[in-house]
Amino acid sequence: MEQLQQMARELLERQQVQVIIGYEAGSEANRRRAVFVRRAEDVSRLIFDDACRQNLATYLLKPEVLVLGKIGMVVRRNTLRSLMQYAVENQLADERVIAIGIGEEGGPRLLPNFAAVEEYLAQLPRGPSAAEKAELKKMEQLVMEQRWAFWREEFDRCIKCYACRAACPLCYCNRCITEVNQPQWIPVASDALGNLEWNVIRAMHLAGRCIGCGSCADACPQGIRIDLLNGLLAREAQQQFAAEPGYGQRKDYALAVFKPDDKEEFIR
Amino acid sequence: MSEFEPKIIAFVCNWCTYAGADLTGTSRIKYSSNVRIIRLPCTGRIDFMLILQAFGQGADGIIVSGCHPGDCHYTAGNYHARRRWMLFRRLMDFVGVDLRRVHFSWVSAAEGAKWAELVNQVVDEVRTLGPYKAFPQRFHENGFPVQLTVAN
Repeated sequence: MEQLQQMARELLERQQVQVIIGYEAGSEANRRRAVFVRRAEDVSRLIFDDACRQNLATYLLKPEVLVLGKIGMVVRRNTLRSLMQYAVENQLADERVIAIGIGEEGGPRLLPNFAAVEEYLAQLPRGPSAAEKAELKKMEQLVMEQRWAFWREEFDRCIKCYACRAACPLCYCNRCITEVNQPQWIPVASDALGNLEWNVIRAMHLAGRCIGCGSCADACPQGIRIDLLNGLLAREAQQQFAAEPGYGQRKDYALAVFKPDDKEEFIR
Repeated sequence: MSEFEPKIIAFVCNWCTYAGADLTGTSRIKYSSNVRIIRLPCTGRIDFMLILQAFGQGADGIIVSGCHPGDCHYTAGNYHARRRWMLFRRLMDFVGVDLRRVHFSWVSAAEGAKWAELVNQVVDEVRTLGPYKAFPQRFHENGFPVQLTVAN
């Protein structure tokens, strides 16, 4: 932690960045929240531990954050993958952010540009954890009616607060499909069909892009397992189209390209 | 009318399947009248949301059909659509939507007979499955469900 604070202080003092976005202690002992450190004397607020789960990349595309100047950011592996996906989707200029990589892999270490991030990510383990895989398998072993009952129960709790969207680094559209109201594409009220549609459409819009940070499920006040939907589509996109979002600057978006011999055994 | 008549919504592309269905008619091939055809420019335009919306308005089965691979009027619309369906089908299955009610097909402008056969098969399959009561229905602002009717 001292190393992290020292690194942040140097970056600020040398004017290499104007703001450091990191984690500080939250309102309860086991909670952390984002902090924007703009003066070198405030770096002691920065902390890092396992409870720092929020994907801070979410802040990067906001105009009110971009005007602050060059940004230093405390990043975990998933946040780094978000940065790479921003690069693929042309949302963030190279060297706009100095990443301070930290996490299970050790660190902190400075990653000043996309090339450095890509190189760093290449050394880390890939793919979902064994627990995540097992959870998907478990769901798939249920029969159709059980799966339907499970998701109806999950979606029934949805209150359409859109916290999942707010927490997601890749839900950055200026005008989200859910705000399209001529015609009203997704109903505003939180009814059974509307909740199903909202959660399905969000998963589909992230298919092949989601980097699996799980921030959506963490942010959901109702504890809906949105991460399972995203996890399933990430696995399918990986298996069927070899999609690995967030690992390279030059990766194609799986649903924007095609192969003439894509599998079509389900088409009559 | 005591026997259950399924309501089938077909989303078809303008250039192949719609013309194919037209050919079915001009060829005087008789086929099931349970299908309601919605013509769209291209299969690439068939948003996956349309499928959910059709179920939400009382459809019991859905057909999505367009040009064979390589035949797309816009060169590649059906290839893009196919990728989307591949993922969307898996997601629907995962969520527990009844995939036996959603059918994808390629029907060219020359395949009037294939269209009739496809519709008849889907209608028969969905008739045995019965009405799709499990799917939540869309409600009007007046509180009544939006309902489709099948003309006799």
